[in-house]
Amino acid sequence: MELLIASAVGVLTTCGVYLMLRQRTFPVIIGLSLLSYAVNVFLFATGRLALNLPPILSDTATGYTDPLPQALVLTAIVISFGMTAVVLMIALSAYLSSRNDRIDMGVDDTYDDEQDSDPGANAEGDA
Amino acid sequence: MINHLIILPIVLPAIVAPFIIMVIRFHLDLQRIFSLAATVALVGITLTLLAQATTGDIQVYELGNWPAPFGIVLVLDRLSALMIALTSLLALAVLLYVIGSDWDKRGRHFHALFQFQLMGVMGAFLTGDAFNLFVFFEVLLIASYGLMIHGGGARRLRAGVQYVVYNLLGSTLFLFALGTLYAVTGTLNMADMAERVAALPADETALLRVGAILLLLVFAIKAAVLPLHFWLPLSYANAPMPVAALFAIMTKVGAYSILRMYTLVFGPELAITRGLVEDWLLPAALLTLAAGSLGILGARKIGKLVAFAAIASMGTLLIAISLFTQVATGAALYYVIHSTFATGLMFLIADLICQRRGGLIDATPPMPQNGLIASLFFAGAIALAGMPPLSGFIGKLLVMDAARDAPQAPLIWGVILIASLIAMVGFARAGSMIFWKSYEFAPEDAPTPAPTRALPFVAVFALLGALVALSVFSGPVSTYTEATAAQLFDPSAYIDAVLRRAGQ
Repeated sequence: MELLIASAVGVLTTCGVYLMLRQRTFPVIIGLSLLSYAVNVFLFATGRLALNLPPILSDTATGYTDPLPQALVLTAIVISFGMTAVVLMIALSAYLSSRNDRIDMGVDDTYDDEQDSDPGANAEGDA
Repeated sequence: MINHLIILPIVLPAIVAPFIIMVIRFHLDLQRIFSLAATVALVGITLTLLAQATTGDIQVYELGNWPAPFGIVLVLDRLSALMIALTSLLALAVLLYVIGSDWDKRGRHFHALFQFQLMGVMGAFLTGDAFNLFVFFEVLLIASYGLMIHGGGARRLRAGVQYVVYNLLGSTLFLFALGTLYAVTGTLNMADMAERVAALPADETALLRVGAILLLLVFAIKAAVLPLHFWLPLSYANAPMPVAALFAIMTKVGAYSILRMYTLVFGPELAITRGLVEDWLLPAALLTLAAGSLGILGARKIGKLVAFAAIASMGTLLIAISLFTQVATGAALYYVIHSTFATGLMFLIADLICQRRGGLIDATPPMPQNGLIASLFFAGAIALAGMPPLSGFIGKLLVMDAARDAPQAPLIWGVILIASLIAMVGFARAGSMIFWKSYEFAPEDAPTPAPTRALPFVAVFALLGALVALSVFSGPVSTYTEATAAQLFDPSAYIDAVLRRAGQ
């Protein structure tokens, strides 16, 4: 059980970090999701692993599992879900407005856009 | 008797923001009125709380009246009162500027996001619970994502993607750190955690040290400490400049969290984590300062220039924090106030320049109000580079004085002084390029002056006035910051107050 959970966290984290280091936004976002799955499983395990035990008071229970990490995981799931949706939307609109889904902003970017307040910046290609 | 005023800085923006979205989303004028009224009220509330905290009492607000280790608590001590007051004052100036310069017309929902951002920052400063700190970090971050890409544009959106991805990674690390700490201590309340960490046998602390370092990494990302600063220049330079001015407080959230966690939970006298933080943070802070100053010298756009100046001032601040002595912390807190106002001021001035002639540091014909903006830039540069007579000089003097007894004193003094020189040269280069070179153009090249509005200048002069006041009243302010440092370095009062022990 411990080995299973630990290796699941490890494998998810490894894949997440690998994908995070990719060049395009889509794999990076997938990597972020994998990392957040890893952290959810990890958080769940921080209250110690227990099988078939209730988290709340009960007359028939012989022992309890720690309820707090479960609440934390719930919060973490909601937040990471929302954040993934946000980053997807931003990445999509960035791709649609610049026709380029590279995560870095290299010096040779030649796409045609600047902020309206920034008329001189086009020619300069600063990154 | 519970003091309900403590939760108001969180509740007020939390009510105003949805109200703006749901009821008055199509009425910009009403949005402005409500947003401004809420921010003014916030200034009043936070100043009242600051006055209450001056007595040295630590007030605890138990949410739902659950006693401390079980429920979430908000804690008002001198440090959090100072930080929330600082936040609301900066927010008011930025909001005035945004309204005056019509930035809120360039995209939708600016005011709602602005209020949510304030809610997150206030919550992060007030909470006494580590997981709650994470939640408020997320609140302020998700609002900041929206603010950062406000107004749109491909370049800003792409910078936004980087900013979001970097911060999501930081959030994940934060969760790993909290999970590790919870697994070892079994609590997330900071005061309770402090007690359990101190009581832990020395041979069971390997995991705890891992958690402490992970947590430091998270806060270092927020505080833009080298080598975790890479998100800052690009995102701040591409964000709307008034938003970047508000973000001046966000890096301070990282610095605040370092100060809070590593004086309260992993205090400097705690044997198991001794040397973990100080030995890593000080060199990183010195490098941050050096990199920031070099960036000022090398920047080709005014936005980047100010972003690197923000990094440099974070470097100075973290040098003072990483000494972890009472005197140095007092100096750091004085510098926090200065750095927040000065960075905010400089971003607003940068926006004045960008609106008139574009952000590139090169020679163009004189812009409207060239002389006035040049003087403002000069004053802002003096403040940020740490020259007399403004508060940056006093702040740096305090930091260097506090570092005098440290074994690394020659190194710290050297880096601070040389970095100040480089920053001065960088600001002088940018200023003379932008303002003086413009007079080489023939007068007929000058564009027709656009109609000028007073409100942006009111906001800028308000921030400048705050810096002047900080210099004039540096005596009382540093008395307060020294008392704050004394309170931080005596965590037993905080722990007793939170856990409702005798004497409270």
